[in-house]
Amino acid sequence: MNNKINFSRFFTIANIFSLLAVIISILFLFFKGLNYGVDFKGGTLLEIRVENKNIKIQDLRTSLNILELGDVNVKQFGEEGDFLIKFEKNANKNKKFITDLKNNISKKINSAVNFRRVETVGPKVSSELLKQGVTAIILALSAMLFYIWIRFEWQFSLGAIVALLHDVIITLGIFSILSFEVNLSIVAAVLTIVGYSMNDTVVIFDRIRENLLKYSKLKTNEITDVSVNETLSRTVITSLTTLLALFSIFILGGEILKGFSFAMILGVIIGTYSSIYVASPVLNFFKVTQKTLLKDENI
Amino acid sequence: MLSFTKIKVLSIYLILILTIFFASLNLKNNNLIDKKVNLGLDLQGGSYILLEIDTKPLVNQKLQSKIIPIKKLLSKNEINFKDFTISLDKIAFAINKNDQKKFKNLFFKKQENTINNFISEYNKFELDLEFIENKAFIQFSSFGLVSLNNTALKQSIEIIRRRIDDVGTKEPTILQRGDRRIVVELPGIDNPERIKELLGKTAQLTFRLVTKEDGFGSEKLILSENDEELMVSKRVVISGDNLADAQPQYDSQSNQPLVRFNLDRIGAQKFGRVTTDNVGRRLAIVLDNSVISAPNIREAITAGTGTISGGFSFQEATDLALLLRSGALPAPINIVEERTVGPDLGKDSIDAGIFSLMVGFILIIIFMFVKYRIFGLVSNISLIANLFMLIGILTILEATLTLPGIAGIILTVGMAVDSNVLIYERIREELKTEKSIIHAFDIGYNKAKITVIDANVTTLIAAAILFIFGSGPVKGFAVTLGIGIITTLFSAYFIARHLTSVIVLNDKKGKYFKL
Repeated sequence: MNNKINFSRFFTIANIFSLLAVIISILFLFFKGLNYGVDFKGGTLLEIRVENKNIKIQDLRTSLNILELGDVNVKQFGEEGDFLIKFEKNANKNKKFITDLKNNISKKINSAVNFRRVETVGPKVSSELLKQGVTAIILALSAMLFYIWIRFEWQFSLGAIVALLHDVIITLGIFSILSFEVNLSIVAAVLTIVGYSMNDTVVIFDRIRENLLKYSKLKTNEITDVSVNETLSRTVITSLTTLLALFSIFILGGEILKGFSFAMILGVIIGTYSSIYVASPVLNFFKVTQKTLLKDENI
Repeated sequence: MLSFTKIKVLSIYLILILTIFFASLNLKNNNLIDKKVNLGLDLQGGSYILLEIDTKPLVNQKLQSKIIPIKKLLSKNEINFKDFTISLDKIAFAINKNDQKKFKNLFFKKQENTINNFISEYNKFELDLEFIENKAFIQFSSFGLVSLNNTALKQSIEIIRRRIDDVGTKEPTILQRGDRRIVVELPGIDNPERIKELLGKTAQLTFRLVTKEDGFGSEKLILSENDEELMVSKRVVISGDNLADAQPQYDSQSNQPLVRFNLDRIGAQKFGRVTTDNVGRRLAIVLDNSVISAPNIREAITAGTGTISGGFSFQEATDLALLLRSGALPAPINIVEERTVGPDLGKDSIDAGIFSLMVGFILIIIFMFVKYRIFGLVSNISLIANLFMLIGILTILEATLTLPGIAGIILTVGMAVDSNVLIYERIREELKTEKSIIHAFDIGYNKAKITVIDANVTTLIAAAILFIFGSGPVKGFAVTLGIGIITTLFSAYFIARHLTSVIVLNDKKGKYFKL
């Protein structure tokens, strides 16, 4: 046994830390909320490239403020001269809106402007997309819960779901704290995180189940410790290779994938942590033993 | 777990070669098998437009058209009524209580009922009738509304298709979504604004006389050329339905762009009659409640052809002609969602996406080789095979690759290693207690199998849900993630396992098994 690290010694501290992080995240989500992108809030998003690279973000801001577009948000996006503009107003009512806007901006800042991307979402569609996103996440969580319940015992299922909720809440909490934009691709990222974290948890649970049958004398926390240790190198290596892939998207994959890969990176780190320090302690809490497994035949 | 029959090995590599062949189809144009991975709008540039039909005006219009028949039905059957009113979605009138049953029977007659259509599809009537005290209320039933929506939506899709085809964009996609929305996807267009203008216009064309009377039968409309206010009769002389054709032209004298139209037989007759009777009066040409022009009728026009000039540019004349040719939408349509990506951004996204894929891939390959040496090499070969198979299957399915889809491929590469890592770590453990190397590998593969499957099923669940709920680019991500899991299992349990077995079985001295 390369039972080197005594994980369970840190369980209490880790649990307190996790609980705090979850509470802080919930508070932020409740009071500060998420910075929804146009997908969920409605409005218009423009990615523009101006020919004259000397144009400053302030110039653009002042020129946009006169146009009465509602709440305008401008930021540098990638290369020099590339900007991302968001505003509340959506172009649906006036069909020439985008053409007019382009001419207006171009005139005001005195430079040719290329609209590289335009996204307009009406209020009805955006609220539907939000509802769909939330439904998708809830459905994914329930489906995972069901799968684990079928494959393992209810204690495992509960452990997995607590870990998943922990991951989703903290990831969203960090998004809230950093005011990172939440759009459709973030929902995709959260769902993938759910899948990944589950994957990680299942590997450890599989081992716990195996070891419970193998060592009848060990206590639950000893079993979890052995199991976490046995699977540790796999956990680390897989997290590493996944992070290698994610960091290469984050750094080289272009601006559009930044938010997505950032969410995934957070999720992989939190997910790896939670399979060890959230999912396993739940099993300890319920004192899962060999008897729990042998009670019914589904091994 | 390490023994493979010849036929098994053969089929494994046959499948691999087949998918590599399909993957290679993307490299050049092949006329024999025309299969390729489609690029999503976010990668090749183009517009995604979601339209929503607003049927409220249509409901009102349909109810309006029922008024006269209902009144006729009442009088014909000697039923007294009074206080006949119509609101946006309801007709109301007062009717004696003892007449109510009689009217009800007439109103819900199954045969030859021209007022209240019986929708056999749902086995329900189009209109609902309700009596409260001595008042009757008539409105569309929920089935009537659905049927109305459906018909209007189907017509709209047809008209939109005509408009888009007329502009000549390549491979547009026009699909119904739900019961009131239409998805329009236009790959690679350079000017979505023009198309948006064409899509959004109802293009209800009417020819109506300009009058002097201010009253019930006329309305005030604005002449768009010079903002002149005109009193226009509500009586329609001819409408867009009577047009047989419309083409843009230059006026032979003034060289101004105009639209020449041809009327069908009935339209030509009506037009001839009205122009004969009204020489000297002005005729307003009304498009969607604004007058585009109001020329004087100089002489009777009986040839069934005429021109509309409204001081347009040639482009405007072209678009107007196109709208008139394709016909009017049955109800107004609004754009509720639009996503447009310019072709240069799409190109940048592909470049960045593929570059980051390569870098991530190479980093992982190096990592695995350093960590597991010869078995790392095996895992790397299976990883490359995995990538080819993934692209090959995407090609066979002619799936759409989006930017998040590329991210999905990179993620698959990152996570695909997991299966091999799980197996190798397991073997490493087994080697500590097990003396026979072959046996250790055998047990390792066997024991890891359950875990590998469990772990992948969970990701597959996430991918399936994303596929169901996601739209556009996110769906692309779900597709690559889902297929990636399947190819990962294949490459880990067939390709990598076979290669491992070849090494282990030939490694009598145990040179390589140090994992």
